[in-house]
Amino acid sequence: MPEQVKTEKVKYNRMGQRIVSPDYLLFEAPRTKHFITGSEAVKEAAKRASVDASISYPITPQSEAAHMLGELWREGYIGVYFRGESEFGVMSEVAGCAMAGARTITTTSGPGTLRAMELFPMWAGSRLPIQLVLMARGINSPLSIQPDNLEIYFLLDTGCMVWHAETAQELFDMIIAGFVVAEQPDVHVPIITAIDGFFISHTREAVYLPPQDIALPPYDPYKAPMPPIDMEMPPGRFMRDPFVMKSNYISYATHASWQFEVRAAIERSRPYAKHYLRGLVEHFGDPEGEILFIASGTAAAQAKEATQILIHEEGIKARVLRIKTIRPFPTEEVREAVKGAKYIFIPEFNVIGWLEREVKRALYGYTDIPIFGTPRVGGGMTMPPEFIVQEVLRIIGKEVKHVG
Amino acid sequence: MSVKIFKINEDLKEFMPQEIIDLEEKATWGNPKRGVMDLPYAKELIEEHSLCAGCPESVAFRYILASLPNPEDTVIVNSTGCSSLVFPHIALHTVHPLFGNQNSVASGIKRVLEWRFPDKVKDVVVIAGDGATIDIGLDCTLQSFFRQEKITTICFDNEVYANTGGQDSGATPRGMEFKMAPGGKQWDKVPMWQLAIDSGCHYVARLSVSSPKKVEQVVKKAIYVAREVGPTYIHLYTPCILEIGLNADQGLWEMRQRDKERFKFFEYMTDEAKEVIERKKKEGLL
Repeated sequence: MPEQVKTEKVKYNRMGQRIVSPDYLLFEAPRTKHFITGSEAVKEAAKRASVDASISYPITPQSEAAHMLGELWREGYIGVYFRGESEFGVMSEVAGCAMAGARTITTTSGPGTLRAMELFPMWAGSRLPIQLVLMARGINSPLSIQPDNLEIYFLLDTGCMVWHAETAQELFDMIIAGFVVAEQPDVHVPIITAIDGFFISHTREAVYLPPQDIALPPYDPYKAPMPPIDMEMPPGRFMRDPFVMKSNYISYATHASWQFEVRAAIERSRPYAKHYLRGLVEHFGDPEGEILFIASGTAAAQAKEATQILIHEEGIKARVLRIKTIRPFPTEEVREAVKGAKYIFIPEFNVIGWLEREVKRALYGYTDIPIFGTPRVGGGMTMPPEFIVQEVLRIIGKEVKHVG
Repeated sequence: MSVKIFKINEDLKEFMPQEIIDLEEKATWGNPKRGVMDLPYAKELIEEHSLCAGCPESVAFRYILASLPNPEDTVIVNSTGCSSLVFPHIALHTVHPLFGNQNSVASGIKRVLEWRFPDKVKDVVVIAGDGATIDIGLDCTLQSFFRQEKITTICFDNEVYANTGGQDSGATPRGMEFKMAPGGKQWDKVPMWQLAIDSGCHYVARLSVSSPKKVEQVVKKAIYVAREVGPTYIHLYTPCILEIGLNADQGLWEMRQRDKERFKFFEYMTDEAKEVIERKKKEGLL
């Protein structure tokens, strides 16, 4: 783990904020309570992260967060900011910013994510530690602007880290931790911090914030595994080598090994993510729970409510294993957590059940516990805890007493 | 000014390939008066090339790299196509982002370099083919002009998708037959130089690479204007001799034919650009 920055000599960033270590900012600094939306949490995190550049493009529900990054630029907290021409353009522009040595953040949602899709593997292949705050929404067709996190599934194998926050508080902390983990020289891949749009972006909750006059140490592009494109270092080899485009065994091997290396870099993020996120998973409920929910994001919040009902009103031992990082996937933690469970339920805000697929892959050949990918809602439907409880009771063959 | 990045550690010099040593000792660094006249004497910033024998694009690369006024602080952004095969042979920082997003990536690079190095001149030059500039990347190209990004965009127009085997592009003239235009292309060549003017470029030139001195002049003008005023655009005819059925020694002949018609030398500049160009002429830099 990186040591805390020595504070014998106090240093300030360009905005005059005192530079503190990531550990101090995340764990030690005194915090005050604020009643803010998830979009505002993005602003508050970026404000304390010594961000160099952000490019934005409007799409619901992420627009407000992008507006506020623009306000930060106007106030001087961010060095470069403008509205790009499309998500494809924006994700290209932030790539340029990161190549030129900037700590870079942007936001998008649903159709925007898919419009920009070609860029995400390019970011990873170019080892750019860009942070994308993804406020998930339905993807077309039919046209929908409602919360639905199907789009996350498309991102899982782009070579980017993917984290899924449950609350605005966690989004705030994840954005700061995201830069720190993504910029480790032995990691240095993009970080996608996802939330469920509207549920988190547009609702207010209590968020505890450290003071605004402290910030992360600035990004040092000269610690990157790839040289920044600034003509300050000898020209290095990049994605630009033609040998990867030629038809010979070396080119095939080079391309394949580079793809493995990007995935290996995500694996190397585990110890850092464990430290800065305080674990890749969260346990909630009765540790002896026979009913085990495995969930991420807002679905995990709903599963926690359902767990309370099951325990207190139905007398059924239940618990939640909340997954914080989808990439890297916490396989060991999941295998450990299923011990003692009789039923595994995976509630999700999408129709395909990508988390169910991930969990089943981690548990294949490892356990015989039945896994139910339910309840599953999409297109903007809500998932009331009572509905989850009803599904559980129906499947385990118990009488529905309090709900239904 | 970062010429020192090309200096080789004395202890390692004996292990370095000669072309790397030549880059330090014989290339023209720190001299804005460098130009195509140096070609026979100085070490070029391009090490061989991976294009077809006699390809006019390879000539364009050599003239452009010889003409950059500030190579020690110049970043080049390219795109997919024949030209992308050449960039690894160039001794500068180059980026291959994707197909068509070269002007967006260049915008991000230029803005961050201005933010990180406010006291230095860092030139950003885009070099991409007609497919990348005019077809798949038109949106990103024009939007960078609208935003007045201080970058120079150079289009290598060979009037065809050559690297994928000869399909018609937006830059193909009407009636020319290529593999996705059986019977001949049914609409006109896109007048990209005119779109560049209408979209806010401050200096625009259209020419073939038949005259090295002319290429040097427009490249220098475009870079000086981009540095101070805003976007600039150069449209270069670099015919694909392979796809139009010519021999390796016929590229120059082909360009000279077109110099009289659709690639007749054309130059446009705004008043702000003219002021910069006149000043640079007085300083002896043009």
